[in-house]
Amino acid sequence: MTTPLLEVGGLRKSFGDNVVLDGIDITVARGETVCVLGPSGAGKSTLLRCLNWLEKPDAGVIRLGGERIGMRAGGNVSMRDAELARMRTRMGMVFQHFALWPHLTVLHNLMEAPVYVQRRPRAEVRAEAEALLEKVGLADKRDAFPARLSGGQKQRVGIARALAMRPELLLFDEPTSALDPELVGEVLSVMADLRRDGMTMLIVTHEMGFAREAANRIVFIDRGRLVEEAVPEAFFTAPQTERARQFLARYAGTLSGSTLARMPA
Amino acid sequence: MSRGWIVVWQHHNEMLHGLLNTMWLAALAAVASLILGALLAMVLMSRLRPVVRIATIFIDAMRCVPFLLLAYFVYYGLPSLGLTLDNWTAGLSSLIAYNTGYMAELLVAAWRSLPADTIEAAHAFGFHGFGVFRRIVLPPVLLNAAPMIGNQVIQIVKDSAFLTIIAVAELTHAAAGIQSTYYVPFAAFVAAVLLYWLLCLGVEQFVGVAEAAAGRRR
Repeated sequence: MTTPLLEVGGLRKSFGDNVVLDGIDITVARGETVCVLGPSGAGKSTLLRCLNWLEKPDAGVIRLGGERIGMRAGGNVSMRDAELARMRTRMGMVFQHFALWPHLTVLHNLMEAPVYVQRRPRAEVRAEAEALLEKVGLADKRDAFPARLSGGQKQRVGIARALAMRPELLLFDEPTSALDPELVGEVLSVMADLRRDGMTMLIVTHEMGFAREAANRIVFIDRGRLVEEAVPEAFFTAPQTERARQFLARYAGTLSGSTLARMPA
Repeated sequence: MSRGWIVVWQHHNEMLHGLLNTMWLAALAAVASLILGALLAMVLMSRLRPVVRIATIFIDAMRCVPFLLLAYFVYYGLPSLGLTLDNWTAGLSSLIAYNTGYMAELLVAAWRSLPADTIEAAHAFGFHGFGVFRRIVLPPVLLNAAPMIGNQVIQIVKDSAFLTIIAVAELTHAAAGIQSTYYVPFAAFVAAVLLYWLLCLGVEQFVGVAEAAAGRRR
């Protein structure tokens, strides 16, 4: 058995007295798509942000491809900024509010980190960035500035920007929550393509239809704890815990596959 | 009155020389105070409490001192502390020190209004330290602050006129020299005013270009 790509053990994080993550364990294998579900305030976004150390966990071990993140191997010494930055480049991140760099064109948003962080040859990066824009259907927007795009287009650029880093893992923080309903489908469809390409993804989402259709595994989190973990079919048809049942009951309306109906074929 | 214009025209070389010196002073002071102001802005946005306090004291001091007094002090006062500067160096350093604080403040204001998640994204994408500032923070800050920076540059152009009191051969100095020698105050000063006005129009052209670039990104 090969090492899982991502291993998280005993992850804890509090903000003051508020315990947000109360000992979370998750593993993600290469090529897997894992959807993290849970009520608002359950700690899902904090979990993602702890994985790449945007939020410093209070305790716990995070390994990417067997390598410790945040702390030097074995010890209790925090990584230096440069080491941490290098680890972060191995995980792409897609933000709820896109977080595109407004002063750069779409193409340069994609090229920025590969050229100035990874120091890869500019011509190669440009060719790859153009191919990625093609892939997310935005080749014609390469010279536009982010402010000129719709929400769905911005998020597709956000995904392409993350892919331009050639990451081993993609983290999605509620990628469709800030979108108008009619724009959700185009983003989910890009994500479904990535799953087919074998990209490893950890997705925090409220899109139940997408989670059911596209995830290999569902991780249900509530009040900072991992409450239930199952394949989608089992989770959605026969949840094992009361909390998961209550959560699903509240989302019953969106379970009918209405989200997928919005996805372009 | 026409004699006045003729006299000024006869001495147009001195006027142009003064104009050129004013342009040099203003350009050097603008670039230097913008660069130092950007570094000071980094300090102000850092979490190094004691350093932030020192920077804040410096900015407040510069804001509360009349520029004329600062120039006097640097030229006539500092020699008592063993630091003697020629009039050009004294004038230029006064302009730079005085405006660095203002530049820092307006850059900080623009910095604070950047969406926080774009900076967070920079960290998530592996930028760290100065790279975040250089690639992700500074460009939009400069674009968004361009109108304020332009105002400050105009202020620098105008403040440079004070340097006539320490005999820096800038535009006001040239005009005052011509008028006192030939007694043509109206023509000499109006000519200087028009040249200052042209300089400001030039600065506004730059600002216009920057604003258009910022507008395309909004």
